[in-house]
Amino acid sequence: MSGATQDTAVRTSGFSRTLIYLVLLLFALFFLLPFFVMLVNSLKPLSEITGGNMMALPQHWTIEPWLSAWSTAQIGVEPTGLKPYFVNSIMMVVPAVAISTVFGALNGYVLTKWRFRGDSILFGLMLFSCFIPFQIVLIPMAMVLGKIGLAGSVQGLVLVHVVYGIGFTTLYYRNYYASFPTELVRAAMIDGAGFFRIFWRIMLPVSGPITVVSVIWQFTNIWNDFLFGASFGGQSQPMTVALNNLVQSSTGVKEYNVHFAGAILAAVPTLFVYIVAGRYFVRGLMAGSVKG
Amino acid sequence: MRIIGKKMSVVLALMASTSMAQAEDVEVLHWWTSGGEAAALGVLKDTLKSQGIGWIDMPVSGGGGEAAMTTLRARVTAGNPPTAVQMLGFDIQDWAAEGALGNLDDVAAKEGWDAVVPPALQAFSKYDGHWIAAPVNVHSTNWVWANKAVLDGLGIAQPTTWDEFVAAMQKVKDSGKTALAHGGQPWQEATVFDGVVLSVGGTEFYKKAFVDLDPEALGGAQMVEAFKRMETLHSFTDANFSGRDWNLASAMVINGDAAFQIMGDWAKGEFLKAGKVPGTDFLCFRVPGTDGDVSFNSDQFAMFKVDSEAAKAAQAQMAADIMSPTFQSAFNVVKGSVPARTDVPNTAFDDCGKKGMADLAAASASGNLVGSMAHGHANRAAVKNAIYDVVTAAFNGEYDAETAAKNLADAVAAAK
Amino acid sequence: MAFSTSGVDIRTRLQDLIPKLVLSPSIAAMMIFVYGFIVFTVYLSFTNSKMLPSYDLIGFENYAKLWALSAWWTAVSNLAIFASLYIVICTAIGLTLAILLDQKIRGEGVLRPIYLYPMALSFIVTGTAWKWFLDPGIGLENTMHLWGWQSFHFGWIKDRNMAIYTIVIAAVWQTSGFVMAMFLAGLRGIDNEILRAAQIDGASNWQLYRRIVIPMLRPAFMSAFVILSHLAVKSYDLVVALTGGGPGRATELPATFMYSYTFTRNSMGIGASSAVIMLMTIAAIMTPYLYAELKEKP
Repeated sequence: MSGATQDTAVRTSGFSRTLIYLVLLLFALFFLLPFFVMLVNSLKPLSEITGGNMMALPQHWTIEPWLSAWSTAQIGVEPTGLKPYFVNSIMMVVPAVAISTVFGALNGYVLTKWRFRGDSILFGLMLFSCFIPFQIVLIPMAMVLGKIGLAGSVQGLVLVHVVYGIGFTTLYYRNYYASFPTELVRAAMIDGAGFFRIFWRIMLPVSGPITVVSVIWQFTNIWNDFLFGASFGGQSQPMTVALNNLVQSSTGVKEYNVHFAGAILAAVPTLFVYIVAGRYFVRGLMAGSVKG
Repeated sequence: MRIIGKKMSVVLALMASTSMAQAEDVEVLHWWTSGGEAAALGVLKDTLKSQGIGWIDMPVSGGGGEAAMTTLRARVTAGNPPTAVQMLGFDIQDWAAEGALGNLDDVAAKEGWDAVVPPALQAFSKYDGHWIAAPVNVHSTNWVWANKAVLDGLGIAQPTTWDEFVAAMQKVKDSGKTALAHGGQPWQEATVFDGVVLSVGGTEFYKKAFVDLDPEALGGAQMVEAFKRMETLHSFTDANFSGRDWNLASAMVINGDAAFQIMGDWAKGEFLKAGKVPGTDFLCFRVPGTDGDVSFNSDQFAMFKVDSEAAKAAQAQMAADIMSPTFQSAFNVVKGSVPARTDVPNTAFDDCGKKGMADLAAASASGNLVGSMAHGHANRAAVKNAIYDVVTAAFNGEYDAETAAKNLADAVAAAK
Repeated sequence: MAFSTSGVDIRTRLQDLIPKLVLSPSIAAMMIFVYGFIVFTVYLSFTNSKMLPSYDLIGFENYAKLWALSAWWTAVSNLAIFASLYIVICTAIGLTLAILLDQKIRGEGVLRPIYLYPMALSFIVTGTAWKWFLDPGIGLENTMHLWGWQSFHFGWIKDRNMAIYTIVIAAVWQTSGFVMAMFLAGLRGIDNEILRAAQIDGASNWQLYRRIVIPMLRPAFMSAFVILSHLAVKSYDLVVALTGGGPGRATELPATFMYSYTFTRNSMGIGASSAVIMLMTIAAIMTPYLYAELKEKP
């Protein structure tokens, strides 16, 4: 094969290539199976699920569960479906991702190009903050949010997600900017460019790949968060809380087909982001975060 | 004409509630999110709306209210508790002890709650002699649900003693069906344990063990017998019970794959929704050996402290609406439970509901009404969960009955 | 890089200040919301807090109680099993997939998102799907029976000795694609000239990878290890969604233990002390990494 000519230097024979494809396809199957089960069962009437084979295709195809999960399923006292909560999630995710990414970029820029005494200790502390288990911050966070009057509001939720996201975004940008030639920054300084001008003109234009990584990471984590949403969401509970209400209802009939449809609906935005931006994801990782 | 009038009043109420939304909304934290019960709660919402009070819904389900309690803790810590919170048993008392709850004495006196709410319930709805919560319903846990066709087919009569119950299950097992439909989750095993402990030693032993936490009752011969009965029950379950939701276990009885299920009266809703009729399609009876005893749990709305007079008025109105006989009847018919006040007519209820109401009144009068350990009405959360641990471990075969009783006494002592 | 310490005269005083000003909100937030809260938790672990925080100190009593609880020991030993299997298997699968995908595979653009997508799903989704899939009564086992393979048996999720391994399966499913992406990025960053030179020297593919490529992936290994180990220690959601800690309490992990003692058992003091132990574990894992990370780029 042509292995040696382009980006990989390793040569492989025809037989082993077949084997490689086989292994890759098997893994693809492993990754797809649970999703297949969800999808197939979300398109069946309930009777077919409780009585039948979970792998079988529906005998009667129906999109009823999807419509129900979206707009008529019982989430609380009113049968609103997931629809209104979707908007709540968007209102929370967009500012939280944007703010934490901007801070991450600026922090990374400072920590690599405007270094000062003790900066690596600060960065170390910041990095460690990525690893704090969220359950332990619940009570003190509630106290602080109450004190500053942001409890039970979207702003409060945005604040929480920004605070616990900055560690990650800073890590990504710092590692990315570290490999960017400092000479260019220095030259710009000598030309009289200031802090923000250099950031705007020199750093930002090359930040595409790592911004993709940062946005994907933050978007996924914030969108999928349940603990903070349930605790601090107040009247603007995010999608995950609604989905949990849908699938966890403790007494009463479980409509599994609606649960599956709801689960997929709640995952659509993150799936979309992964699939659309996934190509840049590896590139972004390559450019930054895995180069220790 | 009446319909039009109703519509008009709703519209007026809507206008009223939007114009004074700020002052007179009630924010309600609860975990009733599934179809029937949420709809039943909707009745309360509509009633309030017609009185010009808006309803802000805060549903958080999961783990039988555990997720909602976590949310509540965050809300209280942040200084903005909801107006009313669905709550069980000792949780209410714990929050009252923290000084977080309001006072409903005025509305309680006006509506005469003291006379109509069973004293065993008042123990949870009152703290220090003051009303702090409005009970919505009374569930009871020592029920058996049985598929009548399966029993008839095998010539089994409704068992009245524990031995008959075991013999009946053996017969079912021999026929190749599952005798006992069970869901292997700690709270379900504890629910079964409620009934089993009552069947061994009646309410006297039950109180000694679960309320007084007497180490000799917890670790003694009667408790060993209770754990032995749990082992017996375990031998009648199918291999696949672990982690199963309770309503899937109910479905096994409904579909005739299993004969019995030991579960609280919320299970009735599953049977009714499947179009089954009590007495003809399925039977409801007390866990054999516990006739006359009722282990109850009661969903209540605990009222949190609010500042403004308008909010207090709205809160009191909500409490009054919850306690109104019409709501108590309408809600409990749907939920499977019985009303929290004894003067509600039983006309709207089915046979099981009627039996439940009669049993409650009788047990309350005879002193055989005990709080359910499994549902936090016998002791505080730390002790309850310590008991859960041992019951679940024993049921899943981690140790034998003697060790289990000993561990139970130790675990309770450690958690006390 | 030396320039930043050598002090360039063009900088004005103001410009010297701007970077620190830009950094300060993040630092302040971190000091309050991370380290402040950690101090708060450590403090709570020495108090008799039950339902809400209380400030009565009781010394090491909570820690003594904690280590006397068999459930805590179960949780700790489960974490040891879970974390080691999870990290090893994820790394192995991630590396294998990355190496195979790097062989100029047709359809890489389709396969890669398939491997990656589980990372995009929330625990509720992952838990619901796997709970179904692994349930012998309705899932894989039942399907195999319906397809005629009657002797097929797979009931790990119901078996208290095996249930922890089902958590490993679901967790591996969720993150190994992400690990693959990290390794793939690492592989793509390797200069092919080095590999070609080795090939000319007659190295086989196997030797090529073992001697040259894998050692060059060291940073990717480091990143993967840190991300996986912190996910393992923080694992909470998946357990709750998949087994609820059962059968019995066989799949309890420290994070679920901490949550249940703090929030559902009204024993906040014991919950806090278990949190402190967890934080110490994380610190023990992280410190060497941080040290290496910071030393490399002085």
